[in-house]
Amino acid sequence: MSFDNLYWGDIGAALAQTLAMVGGALLLTVAAGLPLGILLFLTGRQQMFQAPLAYGSLSFVLSIIRSVPFIILLIVLMPITVIVTGTSLGIRGVIFPLVVGTAPFFARLVETALREVDRGIIEASLAMGASTTQTIFRAVLPEALPSLLAAITVTAIVLVDYTAMSGAIGGGGLGDLAIRYGYHRFQTEIMLVCVAILIVFVQLIQASGNRLVAHFSRK
Amino acid sequence: MIRLEGITKSFAGKEGAVAALDGIDLTIARGEIFGIIGSSGAGKSTLVRLINLLERPDGGEVFVGGERVTDARGQRLRALRRSIGMVFQHFNLLSARTVAGNVAYPLELTGAYGRNEIAERVAALLDRVGLSEHARKYPRQLSGGQKQRVGIARALACEPAVLLCDEATSALDPQTTGAVLDLLRQINRDLGVTVVLITHEMDVIRRACDRVAVLDRGRVVEEGPVTGVFLHPRHAATLRLVREAEPDGGSLDAAAASDLGGRAVRLTFTGPAAHKPILGRIARENLVDYAILAGRVGHIRETPYAQFIVSLSGRDVAGAIAGLRASGVDVELQGVAAVPEIEGRARHVV
Repeated sequence: MSFDNLYWGDIGAALAQTLAMVGGALLLTVAAGLPLGILLFLTGRQQMFQAPLAYGSLSFVLSIIRSVPFIILLIVLMPITVIVTGTSLGIRGVIFPLVVGTAPFFARLVETALREVDRGIIEASLAMGASTTQTIFRAVLPEALPSLLAAITVTAIVLVDYTAMSGAIGGGGLGDLAIRYGYHRFQTEIMLVCVAILIVFVQLIQASGNRLVAHFSRK
Repeated sequence: MIRLEGITKSFAGKEGAVAALDGIDLTIARGEIFGIIGSSGAGKSTLVRLINLLERPDGGEVFVGGERVTDARGQRLRALRRSIGMVFQHFNLLSARTVAGNVAYPLELTGAYGRNEIAERVAALLDRVGLSEHARKYPRQLSGGQKQRVGIARALACEPAVLLCDEATSALDPQTTGAVLDLLRQINRDLGVTVVLITHEMDVIRRACDRVAVLDRGRVVEEGPVTGVFLHPRHAATLRLVREAEPDGGSLDAAAASDLGGRAVRLTFTGPAAHKPILGRIARENLVDYAILAGRVGHIRETPYAQFIVSLSGRDVAGAIAGLRASGVDVELQGVAAVPEIEGRARHVV
């Protein structure tokens, strides 16, 4: 094994792809998962818009998506991915399945985070004449901010994991590189470098997430 | 100011519906401090939540300020809630906002005030509750009493006509409780706000309220001025609550009292009479002796009271009783003619 002839250029490009995929998918996952999580919260038992049927159906659909292993989901979604993004390859082809795969997970985390907000605070807000929308946006979400940041951190790390998997079906990024060189061509050193970079990346995400959570915690 | 008519409310329980409130009629006058007392599970919290419609009644009507609000919704409901401040047992402050931010919250909700106007109002409110120097702190940095002051300032922000206090002092130590009750009374006096105070402690009622209703298993079983209800409790539930406040206080088993040979009477001195040497003088004049069997002394708001059960014996017991009554002492014969505890609803008239 030798580290002399590593393809640093390829590794750099792969890292950039991973960053783009994780960043883009995270943004869209939060954009899709946050409203879903709020909807789950609001329609849940003894909440402001308690609606067992709506809650049950939404919950059912999200659980189905979450039961499908991500690697299978990637393949199953391919035709839809092509319709939505025009391709099932590269960063463009992979962000859609990444979002579909992680948004239900993030929505659950949001639901849990919002449920943890003291019911008394919601009651107080309503008693002061707040509408449901005001209560959600001015009381519940700000109160849940630290938990939401923690949820985003966990989701980002899950996305790093999923981008590596999507490399297997042509998604690009560090995972792709590790599989192509490390597995198919037996160049273990490239795999090791990729894994090392991923470890550092995940540690950075976790550390910055923790700092943000601490910064916004007022309890 | 607030009128409840024939309110019923039940909740789904494991074995069918459980009645929380069972035919409540209550009228609360403008500007008074009205106490609602009951042991846990009596329905107090449900009752107070009906006033700002956090709970909807199954039957009956709610009137606030002469207006029927039972089925208010949307804009009208939010306007109603803004005119009714609410203070909670566990404060329910927004932990993500500063003290000033918490007080500003209800003002921001209205969308009717500019930034400067909100800042001015918040400063005045914090000054009223004595928290000006804590404006930039977060709730977790405050003591329980301070948190409740923030809760009170917040409840007053929209200049409500009514202040609902749901066990507002139950999470506080006795000293802080006193300070918070004083603040509520001061607010009631200065702003003319009608205060509805829910509690399970007779002591809170005694110190703060003008009138009181006793709630027991979803019904009002006794109501009237605090002096009447506190000194002459008639319903078993009231008696229990009074005894909790003063474990060894002015009640004595009627049978035990009549076994003591003399004539057992309960004497109640209120107001200036509580400070005068009436009992000794009357006993001397009528040549009777007295033994004090039980008693309690204290204040109801500012009114001093003293209540004893004494056994009178000697030459002219009847004359002594007449003399006591003539001096403004309330005399109740114990034993044979004792006032029976009642089952229905006792109304005390001033």
